[in-house]
Amino acid sequence: VIREELDRPARLMEVCGTHTVAIFRNGLRDMLPPELKLLSGPGCPVCVTPQDEIDKAIELTGHAIVATFGDMMKVPGSRSSLEKEKASGADVRVVYSVLDALDVARKNPDRQVAFIAVGFETTAPSIAVAVQMTAAERLDNFTILPCHKLVPPAMTALLSAGEVEVDGFICPGHVSAIIGSRPYEPVAKKFKTPCVITGFEPVDIMQGIEMLVRQIAERRSEVEIQYTRVVRPGGNPAALRAMKETFEVGDARWRGIGVIPKSGLRLRRSYARFDAVSRFALKPGSAKEPAGCRCGDILRAVKTPEDCRLFGKRCTPENPVGPCMVSTEGTCAAHYKYARLPKFTRK
Amino acid sequence: VCLAIPMKITAVHGDMADVELGGVTRKVSVKLVSNPKPGMYIIAHAGFAIEVMHEDEALETLKLLEELSEISDGISKQEANAKNSEGDPGRA
Repeated sequence: VIREELDRPARLMEVCGTHTVAIFRNGLRDMLPPELKLLSGPGCPVCVTPQDEIDKAIELTGHAIVATFGDMMKVPGSRSSLEKEKASGADVRVVYSVLDALDVARKNPDRQVAFIAVGFETTAPSIAVAVQMTAAERLDNFTILPCHKLVPPAMTALLSAGEVEVDGFICPGHVSAIIGSRPYEPVAKKFKTPCVITGFEPVDIMQGIEMLVRQIAERRSEVEIQYTRVVRPGGNPAALRAMKETFEVGDARWRGIGVIPKSGLRLRRSYARFDAVSRFALKPGSAKEPAGCRCGDILRAVKTPEDCRLFGKRCTPENPVGPCMVSTEGTCAAHYKYARLPKFTRK
Repeated sequence: VCLAIPMKITAVHGDMADVELGGVTRKVSVKLVSNPKPGMYIIAHAGFAIEVMHEDEALETLKLLEELSEISDGISKQEANAKNSEGDPGRA
């Protein structure tokens, strides 16, 4: 179907780390005709977290028990990583949910606990609920390091920069379960780039790609939902309400992209006392990025991991130099795990 | 990080619920979904139910995932057999 409908080469971008992994694990790139190219965009929350936020997370180990999602542990900051700090005695705890971090605070009333709040719109509502619970329970020993990013502003930033040509977006399934389909309208209308909100099974992704190809062939640019079994056009109202009550939209810095207007979340004034940056007077660091690391270019899909001189040599999942190799959802990690070997055997 | 497997609510205790998948029970917050009830299927993310799935669609997804895992199990077994017959036990 795809080959029949497409009358010109097209480039589709996924902006969700789970899609990146699913596409590589199932070899979907190899199943597509050569005129259809898939690009990986800034869809991995850990990867887009800039160096100064990583440095702040590391600095926090000097003030509090640091609770974090596991894939932040190995990300190298300017001088250290959370894993290295833990090895040298810092109290760093890997949690599955922000509620587990809140439990650590309840059980250690005489110590401060800081949670590293990375993630997109899927995670932000859970952090919002946790902050509200902290206020309601009058816990004075729990803070968050707000690093949340918003996906649609990053998509428009990439299109505005014009460095990379994108003919359609495979939009994230669970980000969209929260925000619905409307926030992508500017991408489809203003930038005339089709968007299809897609699920995570191989058949979902293939169907999402087919819907994008059909839009391209018919010269349409709309927001469509393939993942209808989970995503509603209006999103999840309770989650959106929790986010809105707790956070306000602000400018945010993304690794490799720079500051994108209105692409981040900061705590509202009424919850500002739960911000670890102000409670512990964290200073903006030097934010030195690792020498030679091309994560930034890779996140903008301007370069592929194979273009990086460190890839697979000095930078591997065991000894990652940049975050795109650290996180299992990072583009470099996916290329390393799934795409490296076939490259040598393919004719 | 986005786990797209539907889980079934078995009990609700205030804002928390027990959810079950393949015989394993875990606790998730149901603060972000409306009217959580036992028997409902939800999609969870980082300890929170983020959306409800219709039962028939959830069962269809679970069936599809089971078939996929049977296929990949089958492939692994075939590969293992092929490797064994090649007399390469060191790569198992």
